[in-house]
Formats: sequence, C-alpha cells, structure tokens
Amino acid sequence: MVNLYRRRVFINYFNLTVSVLTTLFGLFWLVWLLWTLLANGLQWIHWDLFTKTTPPPGSDGGLINAIVGSGIMTVLGVAIGAPVGVMAATYLSEFGRASKLAPVVRFVNDILLSAPSIIIGVFVFELIVVNMGHFSGWAGAVALALIVIPVVVRTTEDMLRLVPDTLREAAAALGAPQWKVIVHVVYRAARAGILTGVMLAIARISGETAPLLFTALNNQFWSTDMNQPMANLPYVIFQFAMSPYDDWHHLAWAGALLITFSILLLNILARVVLRERKTSR
Amino acid sequence: MTIMNGTGENMLKNTIPGSATSSAETEAESREHADDFVARTPPDVMPEGKLVVKDLDFYYGKFHALHSISMSIPEKKVTAFIGPSGCGKSTLLRSFNRIYELYPDQRAEGEVLLDGRNVLDKGEDLNHLRAKVGMVFQKPTPFPMTVYDNIAFGVRLYERLSRSDMDDRVEWALKKAALWEEVRDKLRQIGTQLSGGQQQRLCIARAIAVKPEVLLLDEPASALDPISTLKIEELINELKDDYTIVIVTHNMQQAARVSDYTAFMYLGKLIEFDDTNVIFTKPNRKETEDYITGRYG
Repeated sequence: MVNLYRRRVFINYFNLTVSVLTTLFGLFWLVWLLWTLLANGLQWIHWDLFTKTTPPPGSDGGLINAIVGSGIMTVLGVAIGAPVGVMAATYLSEFGRASKLAPVVRFVNDILLSAPSIIIGVFVFELIVVNMGHFSGWAGAVALALIVIPVVVRTTEDMLRLVPDTLREAAAALGAPQWKVIVHVVYRAARAGILTGVMLAIARISGETAPLLFTALNNQFWSTDMNQPMANLPYVIFQFAMSPYDDWHHLAWAGALLITFSILLLNILARVVLRERKTSR
Repeated sequence: MTIMNGTGENMLKNTIPGSATSSAETEAESREHADDFVARTPPDVMPEGKLVVKDLDFYYGKFHALHSISMSIPEKKVTAFIGPSGCGKSTLLRSFNRIYELYPDQRAEGEVLLDGRNVLDKGEDLNHLRAKVGMVFQKPTPFPMTVYDNIAFGVRLYERLSRSDMDDRVEWALKKAALWEEVRDKLRQIGTQLSGGQQQRLCIARAIAVKPEVLLLDEPASALDPISTLKIEELINELKDDYTIVIVTHNMQQAARVSDYTAFMYLGKLIEFDDTNVIFTKPNRKETEDYITGRYG
C-alpha cells in the first residue's frame, strides 16, 4: 500500500515537473519574440507612422497607407467571408445533420483550413488579377475572405453544436419555424462564440502576407481605390526588412510591433468576450 | 361499458379510463369516477377524448420503442404517464406534438387524433400543431433573452399585439404560472439568471402564453427542489380548468397528487390506463400493482 502510494506521488511530481518545463519552453520563445520586437520596434513608434506614407529610402515617412490598406482589406475580407462562413456553418449544424453532403463539406472545409495561404494567393491571382490585368485591393480582400471562410465555418459550427438540443426543442415546441428557432434562439445562445470565431479570423488574416503578395501587392502612395494595388503592413514589412536601408528597417520593426500587438490585443479581447459568456450562463 | 361494446372498437376497450375493471364491485366504483367523462359523450359513440391515440408505434431508427399504443385522453383533465425509465412514456408524449420530427431517424406510425384530426398526417402543419399543443421539458430551457421576451417570443409567432396588449399577455401568463410576484421587477433581466424553479415556471408561462389547448409536461419537476415542485403541482391543479394536461413523471406520489387519470407503461406498452384512484388502490394488472408497490422499476 505505502509503496503504491509513494510511487503515485513520485509519478505525480514527475509529470507535473515535465508539464511545467514544457510550458516554460513554449512560453520562452514567445516571450523572446515579443521582447525582441519591443526592444527593436518600440523606439521607432512615433506619430509620423500614423500621418505619413511609406517613404523612398533616405527620407522621412510613416506607414499610414499600409495601415489603412491593411485595415480596408481586412474589414472587407471579413465582411465577405464571415457571413458566408456563418451561413455554411448553420447548414452543417442545423440543416445538414442527416445529409450526406454535410460530412463532405466539413472535410473540404478542413482541407481549406489547413491550405497554405500562398496557394490561395495564387488562386485569386489567376481568378481576379489576371482577368483585371493588374493587382488590386479587391483581389486582396477576396483572398483574405477565402482564408476567413474556413476559420469561421469551423468555429461557428463548433459553437452552434454547443447549443443544447433542448433549447431548439423548446423553441420548436412553441410552434416556431426552424429559421426563427435558428435566428432568434440558437444564434443568440451562440452569439459570443460566433463573435470570438470572427475575431480570431481577423487576427489570422491581419498577419497574412502570402495571399496579398499575389493580389494586392503594394502601393508606395496613399490610395483607397480598391481597383488599384493597395499597400498593406505585412507586405511593407517584408519589403522594408529585406532592403539594405536602415530607415526602412526601422519602419519594418515598428510595423511588425504594431501588427503583432494588435493581433495579441484581438486575441485577448476574444477571450474576454468568451469568458463573459461563460459567467453569464 | 355498453357504450364501449356498441362501437366495436375492441382495441380501445382496456385503455379507456374506467373501462378495464372486471368485477362488478370495482366496475361500479370506477364508473363513479369516470361518470363525468362518459356522461359528456353522446350514446352509441365511442367516448372521444381531446387526444385519441390509435395503434401508435414509435421507432428510434430500428429500435421499436412503442408497441401499438391506444388510449383516449380526456379534455380538461390531468392525465399522468408513469412507468420505469425507458418504458416509452416520454416518447409517447413527444409524439403528441411531433417534436421528434427534429430528429431524422425517429418516426411514429398509427394515429394521434386531436379533436378528431390525425396529427400524424403528412400534411399536418407542425408549427400550428405545436402552437396548439404546448410542451414543457424536464430541464428548464429559458431562451437567452429577457424574461419578457421569453414569453413574448411564442406569442409574436402567431399574434400581432400592440405594446400594451403584449404587456398584459406577459403579465397574464406570468400570473398564471405563479411567477409574476417574483419577477415583476425583473422583466428586463435575462431569463437564464433566474433560479431553477423560477426558470421552469417561466417555461410554463411561456407555453401558456400562446394559449394552447393541450399542455404536455415532460417530468417538469424532476430537476427541482421540493418547494419549487410543490409550486408546480399547485400550478397544474389550477391550469386543468382551462387546459388538457398530460404529465410524464417518475414520481408516483406526484402522479397520485396531481392527476385525474393515470397510465402505467412498461417496455413500450400501455399496461393499464384508468382513474388515478383505481390505479393506485385497486390496479387490475399485476404489473401495475408490482410497480406501484415498488417491486420493480
């Protein structure tokens, strides 16, 4: 008995130690990354970033055109992708339960979810850029939307499935048609979760570089014309970081810091929303 | 009993309250209980309840859950379904408003007549049926919206009421469900923030608010504490003046307390259906007696 107990205590401590160490190992790289970003980027964060456009080498400038371009394309990408994703997830969770199509859709969606984003970039290049004859903000937004869709489908379906069937029964038992059950009761019950999924999708696409490389490309100048190439943070970081100019390097660091911490903020926000949902239950 | 024989519907013979007794003594006694039920029926016509079930079979996929159930549930009375877990009492209840249709592999065969209309017909409008046959479930299921909207939700589906009429309806339903005093200041709170017993009464209020004709209660008090249970039982007693109530319960004392008629089910079959007093004092079938005396179940 005593031996068995000692053995169990030992195994417990051993496993606890290993888990803590592996957690620290994972956190170490993340903290290092954030620290490097702060150490190199924070000093270059200043007002000019938000007022001036990307400069030619050797002159003053900021990132405003890239920030705004990223913003526009992200918002549009989500505006196109999120409704499609939510509706597809609604089909999978509410209508397609017995159908043979639903598992196929789910499988294809999972493939899309893990597809390399450069493939999506090339796909949209072929589809839109080639047909338009030039790079454009629209192409960028569509590429981002294609990345949003599978993320939103997956998270929304998971959240809709968490809504207990008893709630659907209760609403149906009052004589509510299925669409009203879904819109007024199921969506409402899953609202925080669906919103979290959308926020995570925003976080995901705001750092994507590859799909924009083939679609929106970049723009050195201030432009909000969706039919023209559009500046965006990830591409500017890529271009400026690879350049031999020091002042471009500084802007790249500042941009990387901005983008990373906005994503971090979004993730934290998503978690806070989800937690509020749990406590309100 | 002559009324029964005149119809030739032998299958219903043992399943009409008061019809299954054999000795002269018990027959007289049970007839006394069933008098008001039979008296309203014209002679030479089978006594028709609000809900008449004929040869109902139910399947969960390949599993045959109900075997040829036939019974007649009288109007504006409380009918209780008792029996051990898995005997099919909830399944039977769920076939009355066809809520099982939400699940693709469940199906019912036979007839369930509501005022003479077979609700199992393919052409039956399920939403209208469910507006007429309300249901309250075992676990409280308040919608994630305000107390007020929880009740208004069902009403808005079929009626267009002015703001003040809706206010009146919400108040009426909450009063009927004996919840008004407790929530009159909390109408704008989210329904899920109420206590368990209040949530269940909110669900009852919600079901009443659409003014159904039949109220199906699926173990409405099994998740509640004794005080909330008592309130719900009192509520059932008040509601039976206006509604035909069918209640599924695990609790035999509860069935004895609240119901006028009791059906005992076992292994997917209706064993005995009679006046509640008869079932609990002089059941005709040995299985019923064994169950109510606690010998199995």
